[in-house]
Amino acid sequence: MSRLISYSGDLDLTDYGLVDYGLEELMIRFVLGRFVYMILTMAAVSVVAFVLIQLPPGDFADSYANKRQQAGAPITTEELDNMRHQLGLDRPWHIQYGTWVSNMVLEGDMGYSWEWRRPVTDVIGDRLPLTLALAFSTLILMYVIAIPIGIYSAVRQYSLPDHIFSTAGYVGLATPNFLLALILMYLGQRWFGQSVGGLFSPEYQDAPWSWGRVGNLIEHLWVPVIVLGTAGTAYLIRTVRASTLDELDKMYVMAARAGGISPMRLLLKYPVRMALNPIVATLGWRLTYVISGAPIVGVVMSLPDTGPLFLHSLLNQDMYLAGGMVLIYCAFTIIGTFISDLLLILIDPRIRMEGAS
Amino acid sequence: MTSPALILPKRKKSNRRPEMATQWQLMWWKYKKHHMALVGMIMLSLLVFSAVFAEILSPNIPTERNNKYLASGPMGIHFFDSEWNFHLRPFVYARTTKRDPVTLRKLSVVDETKHWPIEFFVAGSPYKFWGLVETDVHFIGAKGGFIHLFGTDSLGRDVFSRTLYATRISLSVGLVGVTFAFILGAIIGGIAGYFGGIVDNLIMRLIEFIRSIPTLPLWLALSAALPREWSSLQVYLAITMILAMIGWTHLARTVRSKLLALREEDFTVAARLSGCTDMRIILRHLLPAFMSYMIVDVTIAFPEILLAETSLSFLGLGLREPAESWGVLLFAAQNVRSISHMPWLLIPGLFIIIAVLAFNFVGDGMRDAADPYSK
Repeated sequence: MSRLISYSGDLDLTDYGLVDYGLEELMIRFVLGRFVYMILTMAAVSVVAFVLIQLPPGDFADSYANKRQQAGAPITTEELDNMRHQLGLDRPWHIQYGTWVSNMVLEGDMGYSWEWRRPVTDVIGDRLPLTLALAFSTLILMYVIAIPIGIYSAVRQYSLPDHIFSTAGYVGLATPNFLLALILMYLGQRWFGQSVGGLFSPEYQDAPWSWGRVGNLIEHLWVPVIVLGTAGTAYLIRTVRASTLDELDKMYVMAARAGGISPMRLLLKYPVRMALNPIVATLGWRLTYVISGAPIVGVVMSLPDTGPLFLHSLLNQDMYLAGGMVLIYCAFTIIGTFISDLLLILIDPRIRMEGAS
Repeated sequence: MTSPALILPKRKKSNRRPEMATQWQLMWWKYKKHHMALVGMIMLSLLVFSAVFAEILSPNIPTERNNKYLASGPMGIHFFDSEWNFHLRPFVYARTTKRDPVTLRKLSVVDETKHWPIEFFVAGSPYKFWGLVETDVHFIGAKGGFIHLFGTDSLGRDVFSRTLYATRISLSVGLVGVTFAFILGAIIGGIAGYFGGIVDNLIMRLIEFIRSIPTLPLWLALSAALPREWSSLQVYLAITMILAMIGWTHLARTVRSKLLALREEDFTVAARLSGCTDMRIILRHLLPAFMSYMIVDVTIAFPEILLAETSLSFLGLGLREPAESWGVLLFAAQNVRSISHMPWLLIPGLFIIIAVLAFNFVGDGMRDAADPYSK
């Protein structure tokens, strides 16, 4: 019985020993708490990122010396020491870390990319918009495709389309992103005679932004979007299907049906609304997932986004660039989780009450 | 509509006695109901079989180069020849080499007049089975010529043989990685669940933190930190450790939550009251109760580790030649040029999909079977 009571919305919560804070006050408290937590996590992440980029034996000076050696113009020890001193590599690590973080927080300066001979913020700034465009178009497409299919599969359980979607979903989940990229690139080459790598046709490669360039970008974007989104879409379809199926059996659905609501209205108003809670709430985690998968797709399809940049900075020990990239990837994850928590509290009153008590 | 209570399901006659069955028996009965899980199990057994007997099953040694058949496609096995005559013993068409008149590259040409009959358990290149027994028996071979079921790469190495050897390495990376993750997860999760309180809180925060770091960039950064001059065995161990470092968090959570729940159960209290030692309670009463959940988690973790290793090796940051895994093989198929010339280099990718599918099916079946008392 208690279950029924806690579900009905218009009860005076004070009667039950629960203090009704009101949505606004609650949201402010929650957002503030989460914000502090976010900053703490970011601080911890910055340490991890710094340790990670310090881990490889040797430093940028070594890898530079190596390159010069191979080019036939070896560098002298004196020059090497000079270079270390200039780059600040001879200072103890905690001072290097301190400078890095304080510059970042105070001046928004993430250091200097030695490989590119430009500030890290500029190098990343050039490519980040494309990564974001890719991630968000993938995210939107994933939800737009997965939710209707998931609901359909649940309502028509064990029908032929349901089986087809389930099978496709299993295969989609099992195919690694880079393999899918390779297959699509091969098929594109084979059937369309078109190179599907990259994000622009040659004539738009270095052109300034224009409507034509945007159109060209969209034409090229679909392949990486498919590659990035397939596994996530498959996963979402499965989740939507399972949670809708759970809700369809509940008593309140039967009660509503007995009350004579039209089937479509019933479906959308009750079970689907409930079933979508966890789906919408995990939006942030999906964002994280897409961002985390993006580098490998970028590398395979040689997209001018942050993926190849990150990989090369790791291989060349371009310390501040690599560190900055790790930090940015982590920041997206943390922001994604934050959004998820926020959405969860906004759409599910039960969680709101838990937070208040 | 008749009321559901009136439609009794037709009982199959069986000598099953659920009330007498052990927990594992109940689980097996439940597992068997999942057709896909059974299919997955068969697929897995086949993969494991080919990994164990890779040397015998493969017609060539993976490092062997066939100069007469460079970068050429799969050779089909035929029962009917070009005139539709049936041959009981399957054969492959003979190949001859020619030079391309323009580029002067060596080309292999199908010679439909000559057949190379397929034989089983033939003598071929010598090898050491499991590094112990010296022998030269290969399961399959073509009399009078060579056989390349999946074609050859640009060096003339047999893709089929290399894929079989790679199956062994890839599966073992998953196995070793999962074992590490299992041990780490059981110990850390056990500590959190057993001590509770502040220790538990700290460990849970740590797990949350690790999970908030995006996996692929972290893996990339960690593997880039491995020294280049390491031997392939060292790299192999390091990579599995790196993969396990992320995988343990899930297991630790399961162990912790199950421990916390089971600590308060009546049967635990009863065992304690009747004077069982802590060790006995943990081993005899708690462990069997959540073992099945851990097995499920391990099955789910396995494909994740498999995919991660493949992705790392594919980017050139994981295993490297001469070690061979599916990812290492796909490394050769990295650009559009090579895959449009030699699409068969993508075949190892098919094995990845099959392996991950099989694990997912088995995992699904096990998840349901893990709790045999639920409906």
